[in-house]
Amino acid sequence: MHELSIAQNIIEIVEEHAAKMKARHVTEIVLDIGAVSGVVPENLEFAWEVSAKNTVVEGALLKINFIEAKAVCLECKKEFELDDIYTMCPHCGSFQFEIIQGKELKVKSIKIE
Amino acid sequence: MCGTCGCGQPDDHITIRKPGEENHHEHTHEFEHDHDHEHDDGKHKHSHHHKFKHTHSHDGHEHSHDHEHEHHEHDHEHSHSHEITIEQNIMHKNDMLAERNRGYFEAKNIFTLNLVSSPGSGKTSLLERTINDLKNEIKFYVIEGDQQTMNDANRISATGAPVVQINTGNGCHLDADMISKAVKKLDVTEKSVLVIENVGNLVCPSLFDLGESKRVVIISVTEGEDKPIKYPNMFMTSHLCIINKTDLLPYVDFNVGKTKEYALRVNHHLEFIELSVKTGEGMSKWYEWLKKNKAK
Repeated sequence: MHELSIAQNIIEIVEEHAAKMKARHVTEIVLDIGAVSGVVPENLEFAWEVSAKNTVVEGALLKINFIEAKAVCLECKKEFELDDIYTMCPHCGSFQFEIIQGKELKVKSIKIE
Repeated sequence: MCGTCGCGQPDDHITIRKPGEENHHEHTHEFEHDHDHEHDDGKHKHSHHHKFKHTHSHDGHEHSHDHEHEHHEHDHEHSHSHEITIEQNIMHKNDMLAERNRGYFEAKNIFTLNLVSSPGSGKTSLLERTINDLKNEIKFYVIEGDQQTMNDANRISATGAPVVQINTGNGCHLDADMISKAVKKLDVTEKSVLVIENVGNLVCPSLFDLGESKRVVIISVTEGEDKPIKYPNMFMTSHLCIINKTDLLPYVDFNVGKTKEYALRVNHHLEFIELSVKTGEGMSKWYEWLKKNKAK
């Protein structure tokens, strides 16, 4: 359950920005979570409920943008989408590729009052 | 709040100790919780002797309490909410601290390894044997990570290598901040090898850069050969894969070739060394790798 640490990192980041803006409430938090980031959105949502209590983000809406993973094949140079990182290039069957999207773990934006 | 179990306690139940040191960081968990009482008759009295905070909701009558309340003032002006763009990596803080550690290690010429694996793959045994075999050539320091006990630190301490044990409590991984603190306690000297034995777990430690020079994942032949694709993140982020307990190969259905194939699908840069800590077979290749990479 490293998602608990992740949830707390998110709260720390949000708290920092909320304090800077002298916000009284945070009403919404938008995250980018990549498909191969190592974080499971469902686990994060669970950890979030526990972690948000008694913090500035308590009651805020957590929106997770799930980012599909994409890679470029190092053999045929073509781009393709992937569900897992042990897949093969659907064009040429190679296992050698660079992931170009899907590792995101980011606090995108927040809404404050 | 505590970073591991999510309880209301501050994050201080992580302990960093040398063998023989007592634990001064024990704490008890006190919980806050909420009560909802409904009083229909309004006749009975009650007194509260709870240590923890609680809140009540009452229906249909008034009565007074002899305990203290925190009063909140609410003004109901509604300001318009506005959006702030943040675009900040969630792992930013750990990654920054890891880079600080890395800079320190590089400046002092300390070659740092992060050993990761499932529990029971033989990380501690590999380390014990390695230190005993090479201690006349290389100065080793060790940071042991486990949820509980000083057992691994005591085993390493018996080899003569300085060691600190990080007990993460309920935590499932080490992070860069813990390493920074442990390194200070360990007083690592220049031109040495620092080995960090992470908490036995193939999932969580993969996300946390500690500032290591190389990450080494260990798998033993008593495990499933498909581990690399079941836990791809760990194999994706490692530099070397050690396949341990090869002395047991005649008795198990572990296909070394298949494991390598799976692991290479996840990370085509991964190097492999097959060895048996028990018999010593293959250990020389590991020592070669260690010395070659240390010299880089």
